[in-house]
Order: sequence, then structure tokens, then C-alpha cells
Amino acid sequence: MSRSLYIGFGLIVLLLVAASIVIPLQSLPDLIENDPGLAWIVIGELRLPRALLALVYGAILGASGAAIQALFANPLASPDITGATGGAALGAVVMAYLIGFASPFGIAIGGVAGAGIALALLLMLAGPRAETATLLLAGIAISAITGAGTALALALAPSPFAFYDAYDWLMGSLVDRSLAQLAFAALPALAALIYLAKCAPALDRLALGEDVAEAMGYNIGAMRRNIIAATAIGVGAAVSVCGAVGFIGLVGPVLARRLTGGHPGRAILPSALIGAILLLSADIAVRFAPPDRTLPIGVLTAILGAPFFLSLVARMRWSARP
Amino acid sequence: MTVRLTAMATEIPERLAPSDLAFDAGSVTMLVGPNGAGKTSLLHALAGLPGSSGKIMVDGHDTQTLSPVQRIRHLAFVGASRDVRWPLLARDFIALGLPAQSQPDRIDEVLVSLEAEALADRRLDHLSTGERSRVMIARALVSQSAALLLDEPIANLDPKWQLAILTRLRAEADKGAAVILSIHDLDLARQHGDRVIVIDNGRIVSDGSPLEALPASIIAEVFGVTRKSDRWVRA
Repeated sequence: MSRSLYIGFGLIVLLLVAASIVIPLQSLPDLIENDPGLAWIVIGELRLPRALLALVYGAILGASGAAIQALFANPLASPDITGATGGAALGAVVMAYLIGFASPFGIAIGGVAGAGIALALLLMLAGPRAETATLLLAGIAISAITGAGTALALALAPSPFAFYDAYDWLMGSLVDRSLAQLAFAALPALAALIYLAKCAPALDRLALGEDVAEAMGYNIGAMRRNIIAATAIGVGAAVSVCGAVGFIGLVGPVLARRLTGGHPGRAILPSALIGAILLLSADIAVRFAPPDRTLPIGVLTAILGAPFFLSLVARMRWSARP
Repeated sequence: MTVRLTAMATEIPERLAPSDLAFDAGSVTMLVGPNGAGKTSLLHALAGLPGSSGKIMVDGHDTQTLSPVQRIRHLAFVGASRDVRWPLLARDFIALGLPAQSQPDRIDEVLVSLEAEALADRRLDHLSTGERSRVMIARALVSQSAALLLDEPIANLDPKWQLAILTRLRAEADKGAAVILSIHDLDLARQHGDRVIVIDNGRIVSDGSPLEALPASIIAEVFGVTRKSDRWVRA
């Protein structure tokens, strides 16, 4: 991808962050006029964390999706495949029942712990060589276990309010997150993003075959484990703070690879930018829901992402024809 | 003659016995042996793939200490699989063999030398197995590496392309590369190799010029066949 395209995408991200801070517009000028102090609190402590969370969460989903797809040589793979999202969701819901939803940090810690346990289980099941098929099956098994665990936790909810809170959180939301929560999600995500970007040349050459990439001097076994760990930690921390948001990690890389000549590794950074643009746009769009209704962001990304996913499968089927 | 690649105590436990080998610049070495004898294991060990041990030196450099870009200049490897891991265009696939992205002209030179220009803008997964073989060999040639390791490069090719590839590999050796490939056709191994290494049960059982390394006794013992007039028959 050319430098000018990077600059263009960067500008779109900045524009969307600015839009996310000022939308809805109608309340802000009045507030600045009547109570400037409160206006800055609204901007600095409510809207800015929300915009930056969308930026960071979208970017780590996009980058992780691109890296996981390159690693598993499968354009339909997504960060969920590591079991990290499911683990984080289960950890967060269990923690919420133990200490209540009033303690966002406790939930976030529960989420990261859940993602970490899912990751440890994955690496243990996959073994030291961590072959692709075993990892894929282990990830699917862990996702199934955590999904069942979360459903069980919801069924055993101590009260209808706890059930509703957990359900609401699972749908994904960036609303009312603090700067501290932003830092909790952003720092692991940024560290993971930097590592994933560094893997780009190796992931491109992995397209030549694992043995060829290894003969070129890339340590594919170590990189595979590290990418899974980085994805689990980065996405797990973001899920812990914002709940699960689907399809960005699937759609972002597919669009990004159109800009990189199909190369899977060098699509990681463009995919991060596209992921950020998609989630920032989705978070702005949900604000236009009817006043008495809340549209969860995870539901919106799924509504838009699922048809895209279907068209992708159909196109793959078509191109597989002789 | 300059030694380009040396392997010291290289082995893969339970698959390849420890061996010390040296390969000269400008030479074509044929690895032959029955199925499962250890030809692929020896190539993997020479390429320094995980699971192998020993020291591989190319032009005096320990390959383990080289960065990927440096290593591409020293050693190129083509595996036995023709599976497509990621559906790139053939040209983009070949470009991944360049040590740096700065010499795209080299891709066209290699494509022309392999008469594969028509494949350049086609997706790898839309090519036949033989066409993929040529693209994968082109990816290795574009690196202009000091040592070329190829696992059964002509296995899926018709006679015309088998000869074309062997001639192209000879040209690479004439430019100074050490070319090492595994092959099943004993006649082609004799005709096109400067040296033949016979492997059986993970051990090198014979090593030398084609005439020295492939006497009738070794062929009968290792491969279980013998030559009768112009045909191979079971020994």
C-alpha cells in the first residue's frame, strides 16, 4: 500500500475520531455555552475515551484478523478462532456475577484472566509444535466450551438485573468507559499491534510454504505461538472492556488485501486502519438509533458483516470452480 | 574448486544419520534413493529446518547466524509440496524470493528463461501442478542464491520441462551455484549430475561421480532393480 493511501486512511481515522467526539452535535454547543467545565468533562471523560476505544478496538481486531488469516492460510479465520474472545467473555461474566457490574475493573481483569486461561489451554492442547490444524481444532473446542460456559452463567444469573447487565455487555458497547478503562484496553492492544506489524515480512513469506519460510530463517513455530498470544492478550483486553464485537476482524483483512496485491502479511497495518474506520463508523451509526432504543454495536457490526461474510464464501466457491 | 556449502554432523534423529558433506561451487549433485530413504530429510537438514541439527555453512557463513534477507542470498530451498498455501499471482509469489524488492526485472529474466511468461499474471491456485512446479523453481532462482536445494523439482513435469529445468539448473551451476536436488529417475541423475549421493535407510551408502556412485551392484541392492538392455527390471 502506498504512502499516500496510508496518509488518506490516517486522515479518515482522525476525521472519524473528531466526528465521534462531537456527535450528537445538538447538545454540545449549549453545554459549552452554559457550563464549559461540564462540557470538557463530557468531551474528555466520556466522548474521547469512547472514540479512542473504537479506534484501538477496531485496529487490534483488524490487525489480529489479518495476522490470524495469514497464519492459518485461511481468509475466513478471525481472532475469535483462538478462543480468546470467548474466554474473555466468560471470565468477564463470571467476575461480574461475583463482584457486580458496578466494578468495571474487576470485569476487565476477569476478562483478561479468561482470555489468558483460554490461551494457556490452547497452547497446551496444541503442543510444542503447535501445528495449524491442531491449533484450529483446539481453538474451536475452547470457543465451544467458553460459549457453553457463558450460556450456563446467563442461565444461572443471580437476578434478572444481573442477566440483563451481562447480556447487554455481551452485545458490545463503548458507552460510558473511563480513561482508565481505555488505558487498560489500549496498552495491551498497542503492544500486540506493534508485534503483529513486525511479523508482516515473515507472514508474507509464509505464503511460500512453511518449510520454505523456515529455510529462509524465519522461526515459524515461535512466531505462531507469539501471534496467538499477542492476539489473545490484545483482543482479550479490548473484549474485557467493551464486550464482544464481531466481523471487524474478518472484514478488515479482506478489504486490506485488495490494497496489498493479496499479500497477507503486509495487509496487517492497512487492516488495522480499516478496522478502526469500520468500528468508529459503526459507533457513530448506533447513535442514530431511535431515542428510546439502544442499538448494541456488536449487533450492528454483525448485521452488516454477516452478508459480507456470505458474499465472501460465495465468491470463494465461485473462484474455486475450474 | 571453491566449496560453497558444507554440512557438519548434520542429522535428524531417527530419520537421517549424522553426515559431513561438502558441495562445490558450479556443481550439480543428485540425491537418489528409494521412497522413504531420507532424501527429503537430507535436504531439510541442509536447509537447516527445525528438527535437524549440525552446522550448515554457505561461503563460510553459518546459516543459523544470518538474517532472513542474508540467508535468501546464500540459500534457496524448494520443498516437495506443490500445494498452494495462499492464492497469490505467480509474479507476486516469485517476488517473495527476492532478497530485496528492488530488482523486479529479475523476475522477468527468470520467467523468460523458464518459458513461463504466460504464467506470470495467473493465480497460483489456477495453475496445474506442473505449472506450479515451474513457478516454485522460478521463486528459488530469482534469489540468485549461492546454494540451491530442490526436493524433486521435476517430479510433476513432462519430459520436455524436465529437460528444460535440468538445463536451467545446470546454467545456474555454471554461474557458480552449488545445486543439490533429489530425483527418482536414475538415468537423468547420471546424465545431468556431476555427483550422485545414494541414500538408503537414512544413511549415505554411496557418494561420487555418477559412474562411481551408481554401479549396478548398488542399484540392485538399494533400489531392487537391474538394467536389462534398455529397460529396468526387478532384481
